[in-house]
Amino acid sequence: MHRVPSRGAALEFVLETLKQEGVSDAPGSQAVWVGDPGLHPLAARVPGLSFDVTRERAAAAKIGITEADCAIAATGTLLGDSTPVAQRLASTLPAIHIALVALDSLRENLAEALAKFDPRRARYLAAITGPSRTADIERVLTIGVHGPVRLIIVFYGREEASA
Amino acid sequence: MKAEFRESIQQALANETLAGALGKFSEAYRVSRARAYEGIDFEALRAQIAERKGFAAAHLEELAERFRQSAEALGAKVFRTSEPAEVKDYILRVAREQGAQRIVKSKSMASEEIHLNPFLQQAGIEVTETDLGEWIIQLAGQRPSHMVLPAIHMTREEVAELFSKEVHERLGSDIPRLVKVAREELRAKFLNADIGISGANIAVAETGSLVLLTNEGNGRLVTTLPPTHIAIVGIEKLVERFADILPIVEALPRSATGQLLTSYLSIITGPAENTDGSAKDLHIILMDNRRTEMAADPVFREALQCIRCASCLNVCPVYRAVGGHVFGKVYTGGIGTILTAWFDELQKSDEIQSLCIQCGACRDYCPGNIDIPELILEIRRRLATEQGLKPVERAVFPIINNRRVFHGLLRAASLAQKPFESGGLIRHLPLFLSGLTEGRALPAIAEEPFRDRFRRIRQPQCADKAAIFAGCLIDFAYPEIGEAMVKVLNAAGVEAVFPEEQTCCGAPARYSGAYESAAESAIANIRALETEGVRWVVTACPTCTVALLKEFEASLAATGRQEHLEAARQLAARVIDFSTLAFHLEQEGRLKLKSEDGPGAITYHDSCHQKRTLHATEEPRALLRKAGYELTEMFESDVCCGMGGSYSLKMPEVSASLLRRKLAHLRDTGAEEVGLDCPGCLMQIRGGLAQQGDGPRVKHTAERLAERLAGDQDATAGTTGKPRG
Ligand code: SF4
Repeated sequence: MHRVPSRGAALEFVLETLKQEGVSDAPGSQAVWVGDPGLHPLAARVPGLSFDVTRERAAAAKIGITEADCAIAATGTLLGDSTPVAQRLASTLPAIHIALVALDSLRENLAEALAKFDPRRARYLAAITGPSRTADIERVLTIGVHGPVRLIIVFYGREEASA
Repeated sequence: MKAEFRESIQQALANETLAGALGKFSEAYRVSRARAYEGIDFEALRAQIAERKGFAAAHLEELAERFRQSAEALGAKVFRTSEPAEVKDYILRVAREQGAQRIVKSKSMASEEIHLNPFLQQAGIEVTETDLGEWIIQLAGQRPSHMVLPAIHMTREEVAELFSKEVHERLGSDIPRLVKVAREELRAKFLNADIGISGANIAVAETGSLVLLTNEGNGRLVTTLPPTHIAIVGIEKLVERFADILPIVEALPRSATGQLLTSYLSIITGPAENTDGSAKDLHIILMDNRRTEMAADPVFREALQCIRCASCLNVCPVYRAVGGHVFGKVYTGGIGTILTAWFDELQKSDEIQSLCIQCGACRDYCPGNIDIPELILEIRRRLATEQGLKPVERAVFPIINNRRVFHGLLRAASLAQKPFESGGLIRHLPLFLSGLTEGRALPAIAEEPFRDRFRRIRQPQCADKAAIFAGCLIDFAYPEIGEAMVKVLNAAGVEAVFPEEQTCCGAPARYSGAYESAAESAIANIRALETEGVRWVVTACPTCTVALLKEFEASLAATGRQEHLEAARQLAARVIDFSTLAFHLEQEGRLKLKSEDGPGAITYHDSCHQKRTLHATEEPRALLRKAGYELTEMFESDVCCGMGGSYSLKMPEVSASLLRRKLAHLRDTGAEEVGLDCPGCLMQIRGGLAQQGDGPRVKHTAERLAERLAGDQDATAGTTGKPRG
C-alpha cells in the first residue's frame, strides 16, 4: 500500500512501477490500464501499455491497473462497480494488480461503502481484499491462485477533501 | 451399525495423516477465529443472522417469487424447481442450446448435492472444478471431506502425484509450485469455457442479487469469462433485503477461515457485460430439494439458518478424530448429518447421527445460532419412532423405568461382579445392564449404594434443607461423592434429604431418542422430588442437572404430556448444581474453606454439560482456589473427554481417541491433581489414567471441598466409605 499527495503523483507512481517491473512490448510483459480518455496518450510513452482492455490483452498482461470507487478501512478492502468487464479483466487476470483510490473515498465499513451504490445499476459490485489466496493444500497459505499474486493499492489526495 | 461403517471409522482413526492435519487445523482454527472476532459482539451478530435467516425460512415461497421477479426484471432467467433431476435437465438443455462443450465451475455445494458433474460428463460435456481443493478432489475421484477445505485430508505429496498425472510431468511437492501449476492449467480452462457454473452464498429477494465470497478468484473468472453463467442456488440462501447480506458477510469469513473478509466478494445483480460487449446470458436456478418441507417442520426449520461456514466441523472433537469421509455424503459434520437426513432421507443418517457425542461445542460457535446437537437428538427420536429402538435399548429402558427392578439389578450386579472388579471401569450404568460392556472392563458397582449409606449419616438439624438428586453414577458407583456433598452442605448449615423414590434421570433414553422412556423417568422423578420444605434440589452430576433443569420439560412436551409441564418447571426452579450452590454458600460466608497449607497444583477439566449448558465452570475453579489449590489450566480444558454416557459403549474407538488427547493435555500440565464436576468424566478420565499406569489423582469438586473444610479435624482424611456417626 502506498500513499501519495495527489492524483498526479499517483499516475507518476504507476509509471514508475511499470518501468521497474520491466513492462514492454514483449509477450507476458505488457500492462493494461482501465482509465479515462485523458490518460490514453500515456500509452504512446510506455511501450507495452494499452488502454484497450480486451480479454486477450488482459490474459497476456503482467500488470493490470484500475481505479476503485472506494476503500473500506475496517477490512482493507477496495470496492467498485465492475459492471464494465474491463474492470474485472484488468483486476483479475494479470499477476500484478495496481489499484488507484482517492483517500476521500475511504469508508469505515462495508455497510457505509455499499450505501454508495444501487445494486440494480451497479450490476457487478466487486470487493477486493488483498491478493488471490488459497489454503487448500495442507492449509498452507499460498498467494496467487486464479487472481493476482500482488495487489498494490495507491491512495492519493487527502482524507475528507473539501472537493 | 453396519460393519463397513465401523470399519471406515477405524480406518479414519488409524490414519495418521488425517489425524495430524485435522488436529493441527482445529487448534489453529480456534485461535484465528477468536482473533477475527475481536471487538465484535458475536452473540448479537448471530442473533441478527438467525433472525434474518429465520424470517427467510418462514417466507421461502414469498421470497423465491420476489427474487424471481427482481432478477427477471433485469434480464436474468430464473428457474425454480424442487426436483434435483429437473435442475440437471435444465442445465443440460442450456448447454445443448449453446452447443457448449466445456464448463468451468466454482464451488457449489448444491451442485454436489445433486451429483451434477457425473451427469454432465455422461452427456459428453467436460466439467472442471476450479476451486483448488475441489479440483484436487475431482482429479482424485473423491468426495470433499470438509465443506470449506474439501481436500484437507490429503497431503502435498498426494496432490503432487495427482497433478503430475494431469500435466504429464514429474512434479515435486513444493506447495507454491503446485499452486502455480493449477493456476496455469485452470487458466486455460477458464479462457476456453462456454459456460460458468457457480453457487451463491446469499441471494437477495429485494434486488435479485447473488453474493459470492471466494479467496482464489475463481468465482470472478467463472462469472466473467464464459458468455453464459448458471448459478445454482439452494433456496435457503435467500434473504429478504439487500441490507441482510451485511451480518452474513461479517460472520461467514470470520467463522469459516478466521478472515475479516475473503479476498473477493462479488455481488451480481442481473446480467453484466460479457467480454465481447454483449450482456451475460444469466440463468439462476432456485433449487428446493426438500428445503420447503424442512421449513414447514417446526423443529428443523432452524437448520435453514445455516450459512455453511463449517465451524461446526472445525470445533467438533469427533470430526477432528475421524474426518469427513466417514459421513459418506456431500455434507459432513454436525450440520451435514442433519442435511443428509433431509436431502437424502432419514434412514441414511442412521449411522452418522450416532457419531455425535452431544458435547455441544458446535452450538457455541454456530453463526446461524442453530442448536445442532438438539436437532441431531430429534433425528434420533424420529429414527427411534420410525424404526423402533435397537433391541438392546428396547430391553433396557423399561427396566430403568421400573425403579425397583432397576435398582434391584444394580445391587445384584454389585455382588456378581467381584471377580472382574480390577479394571475399575464403569460405563453408563443403565446400559451396563445390557451386556454391551462385553470386551471391556466391567464396572465396579459400589457394595453399598449411596441411598443406603445416606440413612446412616447423622446430620445436624438446619432450617435450610436441600434434596440430593444423586443420579445413577453417584448412587451406585461413587457413593463417596454423595457423602462428600452431605458433609459440605452440613458444614454450611444446610441439611440434606434423600428422596428415596428418585431414579435414573432418563438421559440415556433421551440421548438414544427414546423420549417416551425419558418422559416416564421425568414423571417419576418429579413426583419423587416434590418434597416439602426443601429449598434446593442439588446434584453433582451435570448430565442429571441438565435433565432436571431443562430436559424433563422438553421430553414431556415432545411426548404430549402437557399436564406435567408445570410441575417440571417448579422442580427446575429449585434445581442447582453442587458447585454453584457451594459457591453461593461460600460467598455468603456460610461455607468456610481451608486455604492455608494448600494441597498443590490442580488442573480442571470442564465437563460438557457443566460448561456449555450450565455455564458453571468459574464457580468450581473459584472454590478450588479458596480451598488452597493452585490452578494450572490445561490446553483445551473444555473439549470433551469422550465419555458421553453410553456413547463410550457405542463408539468405543472414537471415545478412546478423544480420551487419549484429553489425558495428554492434562498430563502436560504436570499437576498432581485433576478437578472436575462430573462423575461420568471422572469415570472416563480416571479409567484412562489407570490404564496408562500412574497419573494424577482425579476427584470431584465435592470430594475436594469436603477434604478442605475449615475447622474440620477430620478434613484431610476424606470421607470415603466412612459413615459419619
Ligand atoms: S450449522 Fe452453523 S456452524 Fe455449522 S456450517 Fe452451518 S452456520 Fe456454520
